[in-house]
Amino acid sequence: MTFIICDHLDKDYPVAVKEPGFKGTLSHFFQRQHRLVKAVQSVSFQIEPGEVVGFLGPNGAGKTTTLKMLTGLIHPSDGQVRVAGHIPFRRSAKFLEKITLVMGQKHQLLWDLPALDSLKINAAVYKISHKEFKYRVQELSDMLALEGKLTQPVRKLSLGERMKAELLAALLHRPQVLFLDEPTLGLDVNAQVSVREFLREYNQRYDATILLTSHYMADITALCDRVLLIHQGQLIYDGALNQLMARFAPYREVKLELMQVPEPAAMATYGEVEEIAGREARILVRREDLTHSIAQLLANFQVTDLTVTDPPIEEIIGRVFQSGTVA
Amino acid sequence: MNMLATRIKTFLSIYYAYMLEYRAELLLWVLANSLPLIMMGVWSQAAEGGQFSLTSLDVARYFIAVFIVRQFTIVWVIWDFEREVVEGKLSPRLLQPIDPVWHHVAGHVSERLARLPFSAGLVILFFILYPQAFWLPSPMGLIWGCIATVLAFTLRFIIQYTFALFAFWVERATAIEQLWFLFYLFLSGMIAPLDLFPDTVRAIIVWTPFPYLIYFPVSLFVGLPTPIAKSFLVMLLWCGLGLVINRWLWRRGIKQYSGMGA
Repeated sequence: MTFIICDHLDKDYPVAVKEPGFKGTLSHFFQRQHRLVKAVQSVSFQIEPGEVVGFLGPNGAGKTTTLKMLTGLIHPSDGQVRVAGHIPFRRSAKFLEKITLVMGQKHQLLWDLPALDSLKINAAVYKISHKEFKYRVQELSDMLALEGKLTQPVRKLSLGERMKAELLAALLHRPQVLFLDEPTLGLDVNAQVSVREFLREYNQRYDATILLTSHYMADITALCDRVLLIHQGQLIYDGALNQLMARFAPYREVKLELMQVPEPAAMATYGEVEEIAGREARILVRREDLTHSIAQLLANFQVTDLTVTDPPIEEIIGRVFQSGTVA
Repeated sequence: MNMLATRIKTFLSIYYAYMLEYRAELLLWVLANSLPLIMMGVWSQAAEGGQFSLTSLDVARYFIAVFIVRQFTIVWVIWDFEREVVEGKLSPRLLQPIDPVWHHVAGHVSERLARLPFSAGLVILFFILYPQAFWLPSPMGLIWGCIATVLAFTLRFIIQYTFALFAFWVERATAIEQLWFLFYLFLSGMIAPLDLFPDTVRAIIVWTPFPYLIYFPVSLFVGLPTPIAKSFLVMLLWCGLGLVINRWLWRRGIKQYSGMGA
């Protein structure tokens, strides 16, 4: 059974337009001008139960707007959407009990009280018995390594601890579908890793479906086999992450350490020069030319060290968004 | 039913703890609402001049009762709700299977309990300083007065929450409340007892919600003549009308909501 269905989803927003300066201010006061922004255009995809899907796109591409439509926070302008058999914007209690949305830059915990108090409110909202509440809080705080932190006022927690506490609050009712919008935003590397590990464990333990947006590619590579790429409101790729890499990165990165400082022009004959810093050079070489180019480099230069890697995933995704297409 | 009781208990106890976090502010909030005590001074002087029906003692009792009723009927939901809509903070609340208004209701009810010791302290101090003004309401006056105060809070909350829903369309819904407050100030009996208003004005305003927000419960406490059944009926009608408009605006507003900043 398909769990999430988006069929030609559209969302248009009217946005007030104001010219700068005093004249613009006056005309804006007397006659408001609006422009229609097409935030999401004909987006279609399906997600199966238990899948973890990465949702990627530059700022303003329509990721968050799509998540808001999937969670029922906003009404689509057009198209169909179904999540766990429900129409999200009807916001039925049964639907809301099955989902959660975690936004890295928003918090639901009461700031001046210990997180445990907010969790008690959530338990009351989701009708979780006291015994079950204690069990779930223990289980989730073990998974998130939050022992002893839930009795401190939320404002006294570090950013990483607060984000984990937010996750705990968002997952107390054991949702089947998790919509995560930048869940590791602003966290240090250790906190990012522990949030990722937690999400992976939650997914495996409860067979939860996860749709995740993140600007940290490490989140995506660690958790998602499949990615959706959205650009200017349109879905430009839906498929496996490794296929995207193979299709959009027909290059490999060759790092060289040489005896002498190389001439950029000389290097350019073997591939696209990315950087030359002192005696070190990084060049991109087409996969089909790799063996030949390396043999030529070893023959023509005094090479002290050589490594071949895939270019960083951020660069590849960046290239996709720059071109605006995957075709 | 059991779960409902647990829900109510949890909401009230957590929001009570939340309000107690602001214990210093609570005292200031109580003092900030001492306008009735200032008005008492003004009107007591006027009463001594013998210009109208109430004696200076009646005036003192009237305004201390206004102060007490105000302590139980203060509402600020529009400021919280406007911020939630404008900053997108409503989003997490909308994702829970409970109407977000219950968070505000719990906050308001808990705040009443939290400020009670401060308000009571101030009232006791007042009677120590001015013992002649002390009186005990009749048992029926006390019962009806308490019911009218609860209903006055309900009506004021419904009205302000209905104004708050305009935040879905305009950036500053609080401006509506500020205009409304001007009428509330004069027509609710906070500035002056309605007995001092001309008969024609009184005949009109008894059909508005204003007198029921302060004057009616106060009259019951201090024993001023007032038509109890008719007043409760008008109050309930305004509550009902407010609820209908409120739910209609909510359904339309929620379609308008864009979860800005979230």
